[in-house]
Amino acid sequence: MRAHYRPPQQGKISQLIDVIVLVVLTIGALFVPLWLNMAGAAKSVAQPIENPTWEALGQTPAQAAKYEALGHTPQTAHDLILARFDYSFPVGALVTMIAVILLYYFLLLRFSEAEYRDVIAEKFGE
Amino acid sequence: MADVDITSQTMDGMGPHGTRVGLLRVLGPAHVWALGVGIVLVGEYMGWNFAVGKGGAYAALIACWFAGLLYTCVAMIDSEVTSTVASAGGQYTQAKHIIGPLMAFNVGLYLVFAYTMLEAANAITAGYLFSVVASMTGHAAELDQRPFIILVIMFLAWLNYRGVLATLTFNLVITAIAFGAIIILFLSTSGILGGGIMDHAALFEGHELPYGWIGVLAAMHFGLWYYLGIEGTTQAAEEVRSPARALPFGTLAGIMTLLIAATLTWYVCSGILPWEYLGDGVDGAVAPLFDAARLSGSTGLVWLLGFGTLFATLASANGCINDASRACFAMGRDKYLPGWFGAVHPRHRTPYRAIIFLVPIALIFALGAPLDQVITFSILSGLLGYTFMPLNIILFRRKWPLETIKRGYEHPFHPIPAITLLTLCGITFFAVFLGYGTQLVAMIGFYIVVSLWFHFWRYRFVNRGAQFTMPWPKPRGY
Repeated sequence: MRAHYRPPQQGKISQLIDVIVLVVLTIGALFVPLWLNMAGAAKSVAQPIENPTWEALGQTPAQAAKYEALGHTPQTAHDLILARFDYSFPVGALVTMIAVILLYYFLLLRFSEAEYRDVIAEKFGE
Repeated sequence: MADVDITSQTMDGMGPHGTRVGLLRVLGPAHVWALGVGIVLVGEYMGWNFAVGKGGAYAALIACWFAGLLYTCVAMIDSEVTSTVASAGGQYTQAKHIIGPLMAFNVGLYLVFAYTMLEAANAITAGYLFSVVASMTGHAAELDQRPFIILVIMFLAWLNYRGVLATLTFNLVITAIAFGAIIILFLSTSGILGGGIMDHAALFEGHELPYGWIGVLAAMHFGLWYYLGIEGTTQAAEEVRSPARALPFGTLAGIMTLLIAATLTWYVCSGILPWEYLGDGVDGAVAPLFDAARLSGSTGLVWLLGFGTLFATLASANGCINDASRACFAMGRDKYLPGWFGAVHPRHRTPYRAIIFLVPIALIFALGAPLDQVITFSILSGLLGYTFMPLNIILFRRKWPLETIKRGYEHPFHPIPAITLLTLCGITFFAVFLGYGTQLVAMIGFYIVVSLWFHFWRYRFVNRGAQFTMPWPKPRGY
């Protein structure tokens, strides 16, 4: 039978530091891309129209009527209607994303398995 | 450690961990339904329409149904495992027993972040709603939404602090009203009751698939928002009177409710609002059902959907606080996070420290980030959690075949739901990559860093064998 592992007692300061580390990492994960202006989802208007009309914005009379009911004019609805995502992407970016995801799951499953074997060995004996 | 029956109907939870005071077993299947649907229903009131923006109205419908398939697989898999692993922490506890500690730590964080970010998104929407109501009632200047955002989060945290039965009974009532509001809006605008105002053909003309088929793939990203959070029913496992019956029943009834609500929501909104307006959840339709009611010309519908939106955001934020705090609490109890989080309030019997701790986190995100970024953060954490589930059920069935552990519910057609779920998760990763690739990589980078931190530092404080609390036989292959 494997000897039971006895974890050390964690002091209050150490607990506090652990919490701060997690909070800082969490906030960083969301806000750093925002601060660096790297957050995606930027829709843009490829070809602005100088003096927009509903027709020029590609709206049928029925569609234009809805916009007007919502309080819009062709001028105020210009960006709303014409802004589009750009779905073109470099293959390298896709490969990087796939590699990062696979690396993550590889690390996760490998370390988890090693830890799990310890748990089972201690719980059920070897 | 396994001498206590965690599914006992007569004793409170927490027993297996040796604490004196446990969570109260007071909830029934209706509360489980209210917890699951309450968290998610806000997804029909706001957020799902970003899917329209990413691919057009038809793309959002296809995403709605494929995401529905994804969540049906989630509900089936989750119901089987949870009916056996009935413990606070839900999928975190499942991962701890089935895959291993590091996976459990990650799953716990997915839960905490998915729900805390969803709570922040709800508070943002509630703040927006108050500003719209103010302008509709004659307030000339632009209303500062921040006090309302803070008030919503603080009030619901206080409610959660005070007790789970009142919290989820409150959720049951307001969720039922919000669901009823969608039905009434559908009946009133479709022509079934009175004159119809929908005109799908005219609104779709020339804009059927504005991005082509890649837009359909891209729409899967926000398609998840129709249902995100239904898996949170498992967090109530230590507080339901009969986990083996109430959890599968509440979860499966919940996903059926949501499939109906999501389809009706798409039908109503896409038949009334132009797709570009509908698809822009920041400058266009922040609350699309409410906007649809405004165009109906009925003051009664405007008020009903106004309250419906408010109730849906409150119910969701309420359920999110409940679930995030349980996950945080469960991790603290096992020392995956500092043990300080693992305390139960001596009188209210709630994980009060976890509840309080998450308040400023939610406020930072609600006050400091745009709605779509907050939603994406939540969706990514949820998506990572869904990717874990097929691995979880495959290993669960392999390590403990059906004859070795009695399940409260056995999901059919295994492994087809697991393979389907894994495939749909892969597609959704690609969908998020289209437009939000930086956030995706930043998020995975975050989880890699915290995984290394846990494995090489934090795990030393965790008891090894003692964290395995289920009264199960030794897993096969070990």
